[in-house]
Amino acid sequence: AEVEETLKRIQAHKGVVGTIVINAEGIPIRTTLDNSTTVQYAGLLHQLTMKAKSTVRDIDPQNDLTFLRIRSKKHEIMVAPDKEYLLIVIQNPCE
Amino acid sequence: MELMYVYTRKRREFGRPCSFSDRPATVEVDIPPDPSMASAFVLRNPVDSAVQHTSDMSEHEVNTERVEVESRGVNHVEGGWPKDVNPQEVEQTARFRKKVEKDENYVNTIVHLGTLMEHCVKQNNAINIYEEYFGEEEMAEVEDEPPSAKTISVISKLPSLFDLLLSKRDPNVIKRMATHLSWHPDACRRVAVAYSSLEFQQNVKDMSFDSYIWDLENPNKPELVLKPSSRLVSLEYNPKDSHVLLGGCYNGQMAYWDTRKGGLPAEVSTVEVSHRDPVYGAIWLQSKTGTECFSASTDGQVLWWDIRKLSEPTETLVLDITRKGLLENALGAITLEFEPTMPTKFMVGTEQGIVIACNRKAKTPAEKIASTYSGHHGPVYALTRNPFYPKVFLTVGDWTARIWSEEIKESSIMWTKNHLSYVTDGCWSSVRGGVFFTTRSDGTLDVWDFLFKQKDPSLSLKVCDEPLSSLRVQDNGCVVGCGSKLGTVTLLEISSGLCTLQRNEKALATAMFEGGAKREKILESRQRELRLKERARSEGQGMELKERPAESPQEGGCCTREDFFEAIEAELQRRGGAKPQR
Repeated sequence: AEVEETLKRIQAHKGVVGTIVINAEGIPIRTTLDNSTTVQYAGLLHQLTMKAKSTVRDIDPQNDLTFLRIRSKKHEIMVAPDKEYLLIVIQNPCE
Repeated sequence: MELMYVYTRKRREFGRPCSFSDRPATVEVDIPPDPSMASAFVLRNPVDSAVQHTSDMSEHEVNTERVEVESRGVNHVEGGWPKDVNPQEVEQTARFRKKVEKDENYVNTIVHLGTLMEHCVKQNNAINIYEEYFGEEEMAEVEDEPPSAKTISVISKLPSLFDLLLSKRDPNVIKRMATHLSWHPDACRRVAVAYSSLEFQQNVKDMSFDSYIWDLENPNKPELVLKPSSRLVSLEYNPKDSHVLLGGCYNGQMAYWDTRKGGLPAEVSTVEVSHRDPVYGAIWLQSKTGTECFSASTDGQVLWWDIRKLSEPTETLVLDITRKGLLENALGAITLEFEPTMPTKFMVGTEQGIVIACNRKAKTPAEKIASTYSGHHGPVYALTRNPFYPKVFLTVGDWTARIWSEEIKESSIMWTKNHLSYVTDGCWSSVRGGVFFTTRSDGTLDVWDFLFKQKDPSLSLKVCDEPLSSLRVQDNGCVVGCGSKLGTVTLLEISSGLCTLQRNEKALATAMFEGGAKREKILESRQRELRLKERARSEGQGMELKERPAESPQEGGCCTREDFFEAIEAELQRRGGAKPQR
């Protein structure tokens, strides 16, 4: 229930295109986009997040990745990592 | 010198109290400084010695082997599902998902991540970090930057590596000259280069016949290899159909390619009816079918072809300026020029230094040769019309480049000074009517801006050490490709000042060309008058002639000179300061 509320709240924000929750293996648990897009995002971002996390840790073992933002021409992909799950939000920053 | 003061005391007086007394100071010894002793000493500058406590390092550079990269795509399939769940089955996946959602850890995590995410989303919505805060300032009207050009890429053929991959021969290190360049008509990302050796009778074994089409993104490997039966001397893209290329071979044959079909020619003309010498000029014609072309070669013929039927030419013309159509008198053609806006006229540059303007639609072969322009001492290596002023054309040959106007047949209206090396190729800029480029046999590329300076090139760049043999400007006017004798094609990007139209440029350039033409006309008419007078005087009897000798050649010359200077002054006023070339 709280999960629903949280996700709904995020989705309701201005410019948010989609929200995806994936687990540690890259399986999408919850998504607002269509299946093929979701699968693509899940696979690619999962790997990228792993890489980013290992990069941060390699440079400083005490450090850890808290947030990942990829800003592209068309939109911004935000990834909030956790030990077991990954929350991905795609937003169109207003320009 | 010893300084000694002997103090003596008797033994029995030892121990007696001293009674000191005052005495004024006396100079005991005075040793003045002796400069002559300085010569025994050597002045030593302050000496410093450095001490450092670090380890010695040395620097090395290493170049790795060139890595071949290829673009590939990746296909994603769903993975990560546990073994008992089949990703295709919606029920099973849904069930798995529901199970995960019931997990307490999941709920906590998501709530936590949710707050974090919301913060960032709100941030994004609040302010746009890439916003332009200060509007673009007005660009300065006059570009004061000095003209410059920079090399974008150098395409150097590596025949050894390539041939090794393809033909399993001994590495072919024979370098061939890049004789002709042609840009792709639409995309401008591709350039076709013809490679051959133009040395007389040099038929080295193993010299490869290939010519390449390069993509600018990949200067290491050609996009397509064209394999003619004989080396290509000239190569042109069809301006209407960008997949079709026309090539003129060293042995006189014509061939055409379709890039969709691969590297072998789609059709080749038969040897008996083709040229007997290398085909130096091959150009596509403007026609409804887009399949007509014509070619010229040093055997003195100009042949028209339809590429659908290359077994025989549709029309022939012998370049005999005595208009008799005899092959023995014919001049060898080195360059060919054709302007799509004037479909019936074309021009040929010959080995003898004469430019022939021809009319294709004339009734008899004699009339086909409309007029000739002579002025070069050697073969005319390049001949191009100005894209903005079609009556004006540029020829390049011997040590100069000359600009001609079609109406003035006696001499060129403008020319550059003689250089130290042969000028091998030239072409007009496609965006600025007063700018043209020339290449020389010492490897220099010159950019001439005739509106700005006529004595010297505005920009002179040393491209490479070997002679440059061909030159082509891309249609957008900013990129220039030049090919050298060893087969290296260099692409240069010229500064924006040289490839953007300035204000008043059209008017100024027109005025300049017209001024040059008028000057020549005046000179020519004056010459004619003098000649007539001479002839009349030499035939002379009669009363009228008594008046004529009064005007001796000297006076006639003076009048000419005065007229000339008057005309020039008038032009100078109008043009405002550009020095005429004389």
